[in-house]
Amino acid sequence: MAHFLKDKACVAGVGETRYTRGTDTTTLQDALLASSKALADAGLKPHDIDGIVSNAGLAPAPETLAANLGIENLRFAVGNTVGGGAGACAGLQIAALAIASGLARNVLMPVGWHSYSGLRVRKLGSEVDLTTVPGPIGATIADFYMPQGAMVPAHFYGWMATRYVQEYGVQPQAPAAVALAARKHAHLNPLAYMRGRPLTMEDYLNSRIISYPFRLNDCCLETDGACAIVMTSAEQARDLRKPPVFISGCAEGHPYPDDDFGGRADLLHIGLTDAAPKAFAMAEVTPADLDFAEVYDCFTYVVLIELEALGVCKRGEAPDFVRDGRIELGGELPILTHGGLLSEAHLAGAAHIVEAVRQLRRECGERQVRDAEVGVVTGWGDFGDGSIAILRR
Amino acid sequence: MKKTSGWPLPARMGLAAEFYQFCKLHELRFQRCTDCGTWRHLPRPICGSCGSFNYQWARSSGKGKVYSWITVAQPMLPAFSAAAPYTVPLVDMDEGVRMVALIEDTPPESMRIGMPVEVVFDDMTPEITVPRFRRAG
Ligand SMILES: [Zn+2]
Repeated sequence: MAHFLKDKACVAGVGETRYTRGTDTTTLQDALLASSKALADAGLKPHDIDGIVSNAGLAPAPETLAANLGIENLRFAVGNTVGGGAGACAGLQIAALAIASGLARNVLMPVGWHSYSGLRVRKLGSEVDLTTVPGPIGATIADFYMPQGAMVPAHFYGWMATRYVQEYGVQPQAPAAVALAARKHAHLNPLAYMRGRPLTMEDYLNSRIISYPFRLNDCCLETDGACAIVMTSAEQARDLRKPPVFISGCAEGHPYPDDDFGGRADLLHIGLTDAAPKAFAMAEVTPADLDFAEVYDCFTYVVLIELEALGVCKRGEAPDFVRDGRIELGGELPILTHGGLLSEAHLAGAAHIVEAVRQLRRECGERQVRDAEVGVVTGWGDFGDGSIAILRR
Repeated sequence: MKKTSGWPLPARMGLAAEFYQFCKLHELRFQRCTDCGTWRHLPRPICGSCGSFNYQWARSSGKGKVYSWITVAQPMLPAFSAAAPYTVPLVDMDEGVRMVALIEDTPPESMRIGMPVEVVFDDMTPEITVPRFRRAG
């Protein structure tokens, strides 16, 4: 019997601002602009929206968004989903549940983030006080990581990446293949910040080490911008402006212990390791059915490990899998067809959903995956929380 | 290892304060459940294995083996500049818990999974001592 949530909710509208480095707008302005565009794309008006899912720190609060957009009948408001970059995909699951249960008819999910112009760790100097960081990871960092010189994702995720490199003898050409695929696709995306800025294997190999094993070109961008997604029910979507994109499968997963990245028996067992099989079972498809994969790409090495967690290849085999253009457009499984966090912009995973929707509507022009029917989006956040959504047209 | 002023000190919130009180005495202690015997780190009020709230601060051998590491080349705070590049391993302690601490006097290229290390104590201020690692034997 089919899963009760399968194909019950769909994405009806998407919208985005320009993606820049440097801005004279606020994140609220950006989130409102992206939301207005997503509503127009769906053919809905603000008064049609009765649910908002947004993630604290990555978007204005639902109450603020509703007040500004003229949403008078907000009745489902989620102000936090799950850690950082896992939140957008996890939000799809929350919205799908709300819609399938009838708690909400139409749900708006914006991300507005100025990771370039807003708060940046390097600007904080020695006054950084992580005890005030909300959520499950601040206390761990403040008490046990930062006094040892480990304080940012490049450090925490680096522990996982070094273990991966050591266990499987991973050569730098493997993460480079991810960086180069993302950049190649960004050249085909008018919104991508890195469009027209070339990256070669030589450039990659010559880029400086930020924190071993990460080179500069393993790391995602910091940018300013916003994007938004509007979700509705499968029934209502039929009457809207754009063809619906269905949430066929969704799941989230949390590695144990979730508040101590370094404390896990197996650092390569990530949240997605547990979530992916559930999402594929719900969608009744297998990794072989995927036409593309928008894999959360905060760091290239994280993408390799996520591809294995997805079941696209076996553990330790991603370095082989990503060779020979297999993850590029025209290859077996194109990834990051918009350029991702590495080469488009950092929208904390929400732009991955927007891209998947546009691919499945076949609106992507020269970067269109031919005959795209089914795609996957993943999220990764905080200390390796994972989320996944399998979308189909 | 050169540590300049402004090097972050532990916040010492809740049970972490107890962990660091032992460090001040140059003793590495982890919580150990007095009902099921399970060791734990990070400090927590409850045993994740059996649900007991009873524990003692049991003495660690201070010895362990490297599970993984990073070597930070680009310092994220001015205070880290003089130390960079510095290496921060994850270590499987003999007691079965995993611990993070910067390793002193060990070149990055000599780091290996399974490399034996031992704890040393770094008196950062008269009040605050933090554990570090160094290569053992
Ligand atoms: Zn116990």
